[in-house]
Amino acid sequence: MAFTDSVGRSVVKFRADFAANMAFLGETVVAALGLIFRPDRFRFGDAALAFQRAAFDGLPIAVGIGFLLGVILAFQSAAALQMFGVEVYVADLLAIGLFRELGPIITAIVLAGRSGSAFAAEIGTMKVDEELDALTTMGLPPVRFLVLPRVAAAMLAMPVLTILAELAGLVGGALVLQLMRVPTVVFWNHVTDTATVFMIAFGLAKSCLFGLLVGLIGCGAGMRAPSTADGVGVAATRAVVGSLVAIAVSDGLLAVVCYVWSL
Amino acid sequence: MDAVKPSDEPVIRLEHVEAGYPGRTILRDVTFDVRRGEIFALLGGSGCGKSTILKHMIGLNPVLGGRLTLAGQEWTRKTRASLCRKIGVMYQSGALFGSMTCLENVLLPLEEFSRLGRTARRARALELLADVELADAADRMPGEISGGMKKRVAIARAMALEPEVVFLDEPSAGLDPITSAALDGLILRLRREKGMTFVVVTHELPSVFAIADRCAMFDKARGRMIALGAPAALRDGSRDDFVRKFFGRGTVNGK
Repeated sequence: MAFTDSVGRSVVKFRADFAANMAFLGETVVAALGLIFRPDRFRFGDAALAFQRAAFDGLPIAVGIGFLLGVILAFQSAAALQMFGVEVYVADLLAIGLFRELGPIITAIVLAGRSGSAFAAEIGTMKVDEELDALTTMGLPPVRFLVLPRVAAAMLAMPVLTILAELAGLVGGALVLQLMRVPTVVFWNHVTDTATVFMIAFGLAKSCLFGLLVGLIGCGAGMRAPSTADGVGVAATRAVVGSLVAIAVSDGLLAVVCYVWSL
Repeated sequence: MDAVKPSDEPVIRLEHVEAGYPGRTILRDVTFDVRRGEIFALLGGSGCGKSTILKHMIGLNPVLGGRLTLAGQEWTRKTRASLCRKIGVMYQSGALFGSMTCLENVLLPLEEFSRLGRTARRARALELLADVELADAADRMPGEISGGMKKRVAIARAMALEPEVVFLDEPSAGLDPITSAALDGLILRLRREKGMTFVVVTHELPSVFAIADRCAMFDKARGRMIALGAPAALRDGSRDDFVRKFFGRGTVNGK
């Protein structure tokens, strides 16, 4: 009985959450479409502030992790490739791995942890302090006022952070190969031969998508933060967990699409 | 209380309203009018539903039953935008935006909805802050001012678009008696000078007697409105035990 009760409650909760998420998504799309006709209503100042926090303040950690990722990947792959005397192909592996997959995904994880949770906490605190109600009763839709600037900032910050993290990863890889007596110029030649414009553009487009997901999920979690003492913490946790799941799922779907269409 | 006489024209009308949240009714059959120019208090103990009624009045939550009109219109998707211009709300915490200065908080509704130019908007916002005696706090952040000052800035913001009704949620909560009395004086002065209607949610009796023309009282146990009238008349004339107890003149359940 307890089991069926628990399953039933979970299903009801899932349905309610799904409905709330769809309502939030619909509201955001409508608000975004509304800006096409009234672009002056977009809060550029708030978006710039959110971009500064997401991109500039998140830069050291994204670049640092990108660099370490490059170093680790280079060491791990070089160990195997050295056995065949082809450690120079570490450069190809790094270029493909970083530009297509790891650059966007690692940066998205950093953004989810730093900015997604911050969006949820900021908006959650505003909800607890009745600031969302204040906006609503002033006739200002909280979605236009709070969500769109943050989502736009996350979408713009992601490609910037991604490309810098990828470059840092390549620098890390180049340093490792230098230790293995592979000249840097050879490393860069391999990278530029392997990395196509499409590959880089596809990675950056994917990073924009991840930015959109992190922004939406973070802001959505904040908007639905419970009005309890631990409400803001709950919202921040939901934002990070939800973002990570969404990043993994969307990346998996994109991998399938790329495979089917031979991209 | 000052000598301003409200008109008989109702600006808010509740007819047999069922108040609460989906699946949880808190008050049934609530019927009263708020007249133009009146200071109307919603009274009752904690959890009796007075803030719930307020949320219905300001359009945050739809009523569960009955009819609620503000300036002759019900809250619907179509009327929301126009009704929002007719109300101003001061929340219990002030609900000022922490990332904006006091001036920017007051400027916000003017920037979004007013047709005034940039300089005129700023002058109007400063004038509103001067009305609540906070002109010198214009460039301060909400985190740098006291609770009473926050509430006054919130009143200035609520009045920015010259609404027909200003709603005040627990204006005296968390304030010392002197600051609370000063806030009451401010409300009376604003009503006298601007002719606005105020709906005040409170359980502070000194404040009620100081400012309210009429009040409605709610009882959690009975789940309905139990009294409506001038505070002094209720205090002196009500035979309801709860009302008498609330005003400190009777017993409840023999206690």
